[in-house]
Amino acid sequence: MEAPSPDVTVAARERVEPAGPNKLERCPTGIEALDNILGGGVPRGNMVLVSGSVGTGKTTLSLEFLVRGAERGERGMLVSVTEATEKLVQNLSTFEFFRPELIADGSLVLVDLPALYEKLGFDREQLSSEDLDILLRSLHDLIRTLGIKRLVIDSLTSLGYRIQRDEHIRDFLLRLGEDLSEVGCTSLIISEIAPQTDRYSSRGVEEAIVDGIILLYNTRRLGDILRVLQIVKMRGTAHSRALYVLELTPIGILMAPHLKGGRMNEGL
Amino acid sequence: MAEVEIGERLRGLPPGSAVALKLDPREYADHYFAVLNATLRDLGSETDTHTIYVAVTSPAAFVWNVAQALDVPAERISFVDAISHLMMHFADPLPNATYVESPRALEEIMLRVEYLLRRFPHPRSIVVIDSVNSLAIHNPPELLSEFLHILLNTLKSRQALTLVLATADEQASSVDQLLNLVVDETLDVARMGT
Repeated sequence: MEAPSPDVTVAARERVEPAGPNKLERCPTGIEALDNILGGGVPRGNMVLVSGSVGTGKTTLSLEFLVRGAERGERGMLVSVTEATEKLVQNLSTFEFFRPELIADGSLVLVDLPALYEKLGFDREQLSSEDLDILLRSLHDLIRTLGIKRLVIDSLTSLGYRIQRDEHIRDFLLRLGEDLSEVGCTSLIISEIAPQTDRYSSRGVEEAIVDGIILLYNTRRLGDILRVLQIVKMRGTAHSRALYVLELTPIGILMAPHLKGGRMNEGL
Repeated sequence: MAEVEIGERLRGLPPGSAVALKLDPREYADHYFAVLNATLRDLGSETDTHTIYVAVTSPAAFVWNVAQALDVPAERISFVDAISHLMMHFADPLPNATYVESPRALEEIMLRVEYLLRRFPHPRSIVVIDSVNSLAIHNPPELLSEFLHILLNTLKSRQALTLVLATADEQASSVDQLLNLVVDETLDVARMGT
């Protein structure tokens, strides 16, 4: 039998490869296994909800995304709603690959949202739609002026405590997403959820708006607790929906396939 | 000498090989010592090599004591200890060991091995799994099969030499069949050096 010509082999390979989605420009998270699952990273300019209960690794994953990006020359901004800047720097220092110069030279920008509220004169417990307009404009200005390419909001849930109406949250996210997409800024929006919930956000309106959802949760097998990650949704990406076990290490997040031979789905 | 033959056979294998080393339980101590001599002292002490020892049968501290007696340099070996926690034997952790809470946390064992491979990037890595029988005590066969299949393939892609210790007579037939499926070669230590 004659060997196929190189042209035929290439044509055959092109036919079986999934077309389209994975060809979008990617923003690598820097977490090798996650980038492999996502076909190279999150589509650039997309807004992704990182959703999970307490202690599942949402903040660590998002911080690694920012630091890895800064190392590649993509300026990142972390908008922290509850953690003080000093605490965030401490958290970043647990990564061996983090260099404090990244903050000093402006490659990583830390924004303390309560301080920004104060600066903007927000003294009411609940933010009005006018306040949200002002907040969006401030973020817009910061992102454009500083040339931010990666944004993390930690967390939307905490931000949402001061936003009374669901439609305001929806509007805020829609407008932020459009703005970020225009400038090619990829964002991770952290969402805190209760264990064993079937929603990906506290209000339930966010998941329809975002381009992607990365779900983190704890599961139990034979009495042991495993921290797992699943890509629930990622527009423009042909991705696996399998579960992966996470390990948070000083050299970054490592992932392994969740073994299925034992008892499953004893969610926490 | 069994260790000389084991060493020669292992040196002759291509990078990324996975080998089952079968130990006879009636001469377990002699065989175990021969395997450690051949792997940790001879192969593992070579300058471009780092050994990752996955301790499930005995705590890393015990294996480290043996390794010290064999003059294995500390910088050439790291441990993934998956048994000390379970034995409540955790008061004095080794600096060159990382501890997994339970031998059932198989993904965590995989991830710690991966972590150490990245942490100590050497041209040649040896990963010793001690042992498949101990893992079989704590894990259902389906889970263990999946674990070994994924881990050994991952290590093959990393060009690491993987040695899976197995006790010959005690093996359940399913474990024996599984080993045959996932390893490239089986060395019967009882038949060596005699």
